[in-house]
This record gives sequence, structure tokens and C-alpha cells, in this order.
Amino acid sequence: MTDLVLNNLRILDPSRNLDETGAILIRDGVILAAGSDAAHQGVPEGATVQDCRGLIAVPGLVDARVFVGEPGAEHRETIASAAQAAAVGGITSFIAMPDTDPVIDDIALVEFVMKTARDKAVVNVYPAAALTKGLRGTEMTEFGLLSEAGAVCFTNGREALHDTLVLRRAMTYAREFGMVIALESRDKYLGAGGVMNEGLLASWLGLSGVPREAEIIPLERDLRVAGLTRAAYHAAKISLPESVDAIALAKSRGVNVTSGISINHLSLNENDIGEYRTFFKLTPPLRGEDDRTAMVQALAEGRIDIIVSSHDPQDVDTKRLPFADAADGAIGLETMLAAALRLHHSGEVPLMRLIDALSTRPAQIFGLDAGTLKPGAKADITLIDLDEPWIVSKDAIVSRSKNTPFENARFTGRAVRTYVAGKCVHSL
Amino acid sequence: MDFFPHRHLLGIKGLNERDITGLLDLADEAVKISRQREKKTSTLRGLTQINLFFEASTRTQSSFELAGKRLGADVMNMSVGNSSVKKGETLIDTAMTLNAMHPDVLVVRHSSAGAAALLAQKVSCSVINAGDGQHEHPTQALLDALTIRRAKGKLSRIIVAICGDVLHSRVARSNILLLNQMGARVRVVAPATLLPSGIADMGAEVYHSMEEGLKDADVVMMLRLQRERMAGAFVPSVREYFRYYGLDAEKLKAAKEDALVMHPGPMNRGVEIASEIADGPQSVIEQQVEMGVAVRMAVMEALLVSQHQGGLNNQGTRA
Repeated sequence: MTDLVLNNLRILDPSRNLDETGAILIRDGVILAAGSDAAHQGVPEGATVQDCRGLIAVPGLVDARVFVGEPGAEHRETIASAAQAAAVGGITSFIAMPDTDPVIDDIALVEFVMKTARDKAVVNVYPAAALTKGLRGTEMTEFGLLSEAGAVCFTNGREALHDTLVLRRAMTYAREFGMVIALESRDKYLGAGGVMNEGLLASWLGLSGVPREAEIIPLERDLRVAGLTRAAYHAAKISLPESVDAIALAKSRGVNVTSGISINHLSLNENDIGEYRTFFKLTPPLRGEDDRTAMVQALAEGRIDIIVSSHDPQDVDTKRLPFADAADGAIGLETMLAAALRLHHSGEVPLMRLIDALSTRPAQIFGLDAGTLKPGAKADITLIDLDEPWIVSKDAIVSRSKNTPFENARFTGRAVRTYVAGKCVHSL
Repeated sequence: MDFFPHRHLLGIKGLNERDITGLLDLADEAVKISRQREKKTSTLRGLTQINLFFEASTRTQSSFELAGKRLGADVMNMSVGNSSVKKGETLIDTAMTLNAMHPDVLVVRHSSAGAAALLAQKVSCSVINAGDGQHEHPTQALLDALTIRRAKGKLSRIIVAICGDVLHSRVARSNILLLNQMGARVRVVAPATLLPSGIADMGAEVYHSMEEGLKDADVVMMLRLQRERMAGAFVPSVREYFRYYGLDAEKLKAAKEDALVMHPGPMNRGVEIASEIADGPQSVIEQQVEMGVAVRMAVMEALLVSQHQGGLNNQGTRA
């Protein structure tokens, strides 16, 4: 590979708390230098030099929670199509959830995901393995063998884990392999039948509500078990300030815990459901505006570690239904960055913290080779035009599924170029 | 009546006082027609009405059928029931099939909230919501209002106590909306397990005791308690429920002497209402059935005649 120089750009690297104007030198897919002094090293002979005036370079974004349809539901999304969508969204690495058919709970399936990703995906795809066989919540999977095969964390995917004893044993066993357990929390009894946030709005719509406690109670339980077992626990998709408080309290007790929130819960609230708009039917359900703003603040303060897209492609046959019967989930790979930049433009979250939550921090939590522009790092780089206005058009969506809650949304700023190991995989 | 500015009737939400008064006035005329020997008019002659019921309902379906026939429409009944096909698929697929037959109005009942609204987006005719899950049942609220207005002469400033399973009741939601819109005072009386979250902000005063809730009420509106909700899930037992929330002569004494007793039917005698009350002098339960036909005639006339004369075409714009 030839040398590449990205010149005259603002470089923002949360891994070094660096924010300065300069250049990035790339050789053979690896960053040689990135910063204001990089230009002084001189341009290598024969290098391609690109003037990137007006753009910001950040470490390629890392999305720790992506649902893909392969294997089993390729009509919704393949690993390749998800990777294309990720590239458009400035995401250079994502973790694929094991909620497929069959479930990723076996070495051969982890290898299948890795191989398909290697052969067909334009970005890095890391498999998460199922915590329990078939995601049934009863028997643990082969943590050691699965991690050796390439699984980067264990999760029960969309399914919450209800059996506390299974959870304890899984956490105890996983600790030996230094693996993070990422879980969503949802009480299967308290939230049973609920399809949106419990409250006045749900009452008027005649929809069953999910009370806040259905998220908080099992989260507090998980945190207790994480403390008991000293496992590394990641609260994958929290939506309530009470959850942030519970995590802070657990941290003060010494529990090894991190947390994530979906971009939807930072951008939208329950009012967006309007008259039964099923693209806004999510797990956890969209909450009130007070909750959303509290979560944005918690993110800004670093009390929530990371942002995920929770990309969940759904087809017409699972979404064009009465609200209660429709599937949960929304796509998000292509809009996560733009939606997050709204929080920068509004002054609510500093840009450095945003990029940290979108790249550096998730790479650290899950031990991925990503999230930094340090010399020697793989040249996964996203170039952002902070000020470009654009409108989300259904026709322009790259993902195979079109269930975006941001259709026709007006955004300012997006990824204009995405590099994976120095190779340009998306360019506007 | 004046021009009715709506293409569908999906709920009471979205109707203003003038819309509601117009419908009730029109329904008063329809009552006269139904009481004549010759009950058939030609108002909707040549138009096709399809009743699409995904949930079985003898009374509402026959009420709509009769209403259409009395207005001269051709009426077809489709009882889809809960077949092995998934409900949602049936809804859209059936709707598209029926739409191709060029109906002028679809009357829909479905077990999911929002089903009527979803269907209205997909078909090119008027849609009337005959009950969608726990959301709304607008014609029930209209017939209740008509019954009350004919007995009391007005709706404003009367006190209506809605008692029982408000949580699961689309009838209660539509009634709360309509009665508030018309200036009535609404109370709900129920055990806390049968009230929706946020009820105090829905435009109703909340009571947990029948004696307090019925005090000085002009209307006592009882709701049906589904059988599967009686035994331990929401209330401990039928006898405990009846003891505290069933309407009997003793509890009714708290209301005004001439208070109306109403029930949307079908009744569970001895659960939410004692037989002596259901059949007693204050009961207007039978009148409600009669008003049901009249209100449905009024709604169809308002929707279909205003589309034809007032001037909405099938796309909802002026032809």
C-alpha cells in the first residue's frame, strides 16, 4: 500500500485528549503520525496528499451493539450490508449481536461470522457470543473456546436474563477469561405485555406500559451479582437516570461496571410515537423528555460510558402492524453520528466526550484494536464535516431495512470519508 | 347538519364540541326514523358498507348493520375472528383485499390499539373505529352521550361516574374525552389495579369508594369486568369485587335520586351490577341499544354525505 497524507485537518483524538490542527500520515494501513507536528516530519516521497481543510479527523467510530440478520434473516440485513451502512455512518468497527438464526452460541458460528466479515465486510466486524445456549437463559456457552475463536464479549442479546443463579455462575466463570458480560435489563413479569413507556401517553393510546422499575430492578440485581462475582459487567442499553444512579452507586462499592445508551434514547422521546408509529417501538421503550435530557447530561458527565446505535433492521412484515404487535427496534448505523452531533451543536455534550463515547471508550471496554489515532495504531479514521446540512431520505438508506426513526430528519454534520486500515470505504 | 370536517371516525380525540353536537342532533333525527313503521331511507343508496370485525361482537356489529341498512346502503359483514393467521397480517391483507372491492365505508373492530388508524392509512374509503384494543370506541361514547342528553336535556355540568375496569376499557377512554369536551364533570371509581397510569391527568376525578364517587352523580356508568381479570389477577375474587364495586341498590343511593344507570353491555349480572338495578327504573341500558343504531346512522351519514356533497373526494381533498 502506498503512503497517504491527510493534510490540514482538525485532529480530535480522545485517547490522547488531543485536539489540534495538523496532518495524519498513513503507511500500509497504519498511522505513522497524527497531530500538528506530523506535518513537520515531511511528506514521504510518492505519498498521496489530500487537503482536508474544514474537516475533522476522529478515530473510526466503534458501535458496540448491532443486530444483523445473518445468518437467518438476510432479507433484513447481511453482515456485508450492515458493514456498508456502518461505513456510510463513519463506523469502522462494530460488534454483531448473537441474536441470529441460528444463535451465535457455538465456535463454528463465531468462525462463520468472522470469515464472512473478513471476506465481505468493508469495516471490522467483531462477534459477540451468546451468554447462554440459544439465548434461552439456562445453560452457559463455552466461554473459553468462544473467546479463543474471536468472540469479544458475551451477551444475551435482546433477551434479558431472568435466572439469577445462571447469571451468577456465568459471571463467575466468565471472569476467568477476562470477558465482559453485556446485558439488557428487563423484568419479565413487571414489564410483561408492555409495549411503551408507562404513563399518561400510553394510557391515552390504550397501550400497555412498561414501568421504569422493570429496567431498574433487574439492573440493580445484576449489579449486585457483578459485585458478588467480581465480573466485568456492561449495562448495554439503559434509558433512565435511576439506572445511571444505580450504576454510580455500584461503582462506589467497587463493582466493575460500564454502561451504554442507544442514540435513540438520547435523541427521541415517547411523544415521537405519535399515532402508533411503529418505527419508534423500541426496547427499552422511549422515555419522557425529562429522562432524555437527564441521560444526555449523564453522557456529558461521563456517567454513561458509550453510545450505541442498537441497529436493529426490521422488515415491513414485522413493522407494518398494529403497534402492540409490531417488532421492536430501529436501524441506526447511518444516522448515529449525525444524531449524536446534534448534542454537540446544542452545546449539551462536548465534542471530545461525544467522540470518546462513540469510539475510544467502547474500544477500551471491549478490548478492540480501535478508538485511537496514536502512531502505530491501525488507520481506522473517520473524517467529519461538522457543518454539512443533510436530510435523511428513505431512498438513500444503504441498509437493507428502512425502519429508521429519523426519516426526513434534518441533520447538521456527517461522515464524509471513512478509512478502514488506511483504505477509503466511504466517500461523499 | 353542517359540514362534518372529518373523513374517518377513529376516535373522539380530534372532535370538537361542534362536531359532537352536530352528530347528536343528526342522531336525534335518526331516532325518529327508527321509530317509524317505514324505517328505510335512501340517504346512502348505492353505497357499500363493510363491517370488518376481527373481534366477535354481536351487538355492535348488528347495530352497525342495521344502521347501514336503514340508510339504504349495501352492507356486508366480514367476521374474521381469531384464525390461525397472525392478526396483524390479516388486518392489512384483508383490508387491501376489501379495498379493491370499492367500499365506501369500513367499520372495523380489532383487538389492537391503533388498528383502525393503521387501516385508515391503507384504504381509500372512510373508516369507522368500532373499537380498537384498549384505545377508543367512539360510537359507544356518542350513544352514551345521546342517551344522557335525551334524558337530562344537556351534557354540560352534569356529573358522570364511570365505575369499574377503566384500565382495560376503550369505552371509558372515549367517554372521558367526549364528556370533557362537552363540559361534563367526570369521575372514575375503581380499585387502583383497574385504573390506568396517569388517570388523574386524564380529565377525571379519581375515587376508590363507590359511596364517595357516586355522591350526587347524575349518571352512573358501569363498565364490564372481563372474566379473566376477576380471579386474582386484578381483583381477588368476584364476590370481593361485587362487595366493594358492584352496583346495588345500597350503593346507588349515594347518587342523585334520578341518576341514570348505564352499561355498555354485555353485562355480568352479579359482578359489576345487580340484576335489580340493571332492570330497575333508573336503568337506561335498553335505551342505549336503541341510541346505538341512531348514532351509527348519524356517523355514517355525516362521513359519507359530507364526502359526497360537502365535497371531500376519496383522497380527502375537494373534488
